[in-house]
Order: sequence, then structure tokens, then C-alpha cells
Amino acid sequence: MTLTAANGGVLLAIVIMALATYLTRAGGVFVMSRVAIGPRVERFINAMAGSVLVAVITPMAVNGDGGARMALVATAGVMLVVRKPLPAISAGILIAALWRLMAS
Amino acid sequence: MTPAENARPNFRHLIDGFRRMAPLSLFVIVFGLAFGVAAIQQGLSGLETLLMSGLVFAGAAQFATLELWGDSIPLLPLVTITLAINARHLLMGAAFYPHLRDLPSGRRYASLLLLSDANWAMAMAGGTPAARLGILVGGGLALWSTWMIGTGLGVAFGSGIAEPDRFGLDAIMGCFLLAMLIGDRRDLGVLLPWGVAALAALAAMAWLPPHAHVIVGALAGGLVGLLLPPARQETTP
Repeated sequence: MTLTAANGGVLLAIVIMALATYLTRAGGVFVMSRVAIGPRVERFINAMAGSVLVAVITPMAVNGDGGARMALVATAGVMLVVRKPLPAISAGILIAALWRLMAS
Repeated sequence: MTPAENARPNFRHLIDGFRRMAPLSLFVIVFGLAFGVAAIQQGLSGLETLLMSGLVFAGAAQFATLELWGDSIPLLPLVTITLAINARHLLMGAAFYPHLRDLPSGRRYASLLLLSDANWAMAMAGGTPAARLGILVGGGLALWSTWMIGTGLGVAFGSGIAEPDRFGLDAIMGCFLLAMLIGDRRDLGVLLPWGVAALAALAAMAWLPPHAHVIVGALAGGLVGLLLPPARQETTP
């Protein structure tokens, strides 16, 4: 199935893409509102919440260059010590920039 | 503050969420700019590019489907890629559900309109239910605004920052999400599900179609959490 770009086809495709995206935003809540949340479901959800981020970050660490990896290490280190996100993120960005400055 | 006030988000929570997300949002301008430039080069008009950023508001999916926008647009790949990349929202929404439970369904589904990685991660990281909702919606508005500003700048001025990675800017999102993940947590019990999530994501990257790794990793981590004996005191993350 294809849409021709002329005659509003692009706009229609954009709306379809937006609807598909909203479906993913609302779908999880819709399902959960119909499921009884016992302690097991709660344990699953709690462990899954952090795991989503772990799975998003993992490829950045694996596929990234040395700068990206050191940025993540610096962020984790500062975060564990200071417990404040802004200094942790700043340290990460700074390390990435410095690393690349030295490497290039 | 009484418990009842705690539960109901109001305008102040929204402003507060907007403010807390504002510093990171500024960096989103760079990503929006990059998308605006790329979309114009792909042949989309300025208006179409702005509409896409405004209505879809999902950077990764917008970048990934960019090459599909030509004289004819294949719908099946467009929808499939969009769903695959954004499927993580399903799990994020499910995890956020407890904080939305008490809202009437109109407000519940409206507050999900701008759910994305950064505001969700910050909202999950803490506060009262009302504060979390304020971060989800107010922070979402902050991210949406700067995403639109960035897209607009990209459309208007073309190539701005040629190499964002030169300045470490590409590392921002990863560092931010990692900082939110660690948060105030000092419970080593999370290491097992997270380790399994990372390994499962790596395996999925090697053997499964692109973009499957987030879902696979998240579900694997969730399953481990389910199978582990309950912690001494369950606290919502």
C-alpha cells in the first residue's frame, strides 16, 4: 500500500504516523487499566520500568565510541556519589567532548 | 500537604514539571534542528516537517522513517517501523499506569499525548503522584516546545551545527537516561534484572530485527523481577 505524495498524501501519511505513535503511548495504560494488578504484576512492572532504560542505554554503550562510553561511566560515577542528575549529566558531556578532543 | 492534595495534579505541578525539564529540553533544540535539516533535504516542505514533528513527536521514529518520504509513500513500512521503534512506549505507559489510575479517563489519555523517554524517566524517578504527572505533562510540553523550535530552526536555516557529536551533544540523552535510571536507588536487588535486560538487549541486537532490542530487554528484565523473591520492602521506582 502506497500513498502518492501529491494531493495531500504526505499529510495523510503524517496523520497515520502520528496515530500509530499515539497508539503506543496510550496502549500500555489501556491494557493495564483492564488487568488486575496483583503483587506479581507489580514486581514485573517495577523491574521492567528500569529495564526499559537499561535496554535503551545498552546499545549506546556498546556501539558508541570511547567518548560515549566514558560519558556513561562518568555520569554513573557522579550520580552514585552526588545523587544529583545535573552535575552527573554535565560530567558525562564534558568527558565525551574532552575524550574526542584528545582522540582527534 | 494533605494526601488528597498530593494525589491531584494542578497547574502548579505542571509548571514545576516544565521547569524541571527545561534545562535538558534546551538540548533537544539541537536534535530538532538536525531533523529539520534532514527532512528538508529529503524533500519534505517546511510545513510538512513542522507538522510531523508536532503531531508525531518521536524523534527516533521520525529519523528512521525519513527515507520513506518520496514521491510515493509506502504505508506498511512506515507504520511497521513507527510501531517497532515506539513500542517501548507501551511498556513505559504500563509502568506509569499506577500514577494515572485515579484520573478520569479523558485526562488519563490526554496526559499520555507527550509521553517520551526523557519526561517519562524523570517522572518515574520520584515525587508524589501529582508531581510525577506534572513532570510527565509539563516536562512533555517543555520537550515538545524545544523540539518544535529546533525543527523550525532547521527548516529555516538549514545546516546549523554540522557535527553535534564533536561537542559530546549526542551523549546527552544517554547520560540523562542513565542518571534517571540510577536516581536515588541504592538497592542492589535491581542489578540482576538490569543485567539480564542488558544481555537480552545485546542478544536481540545480534539476532533479531532492528529495534526489537528495547522490548526484548525490558520484558526479560521484567520477567526476572517477577521470578525473584519479593524484596523486603517493595518501593515503587
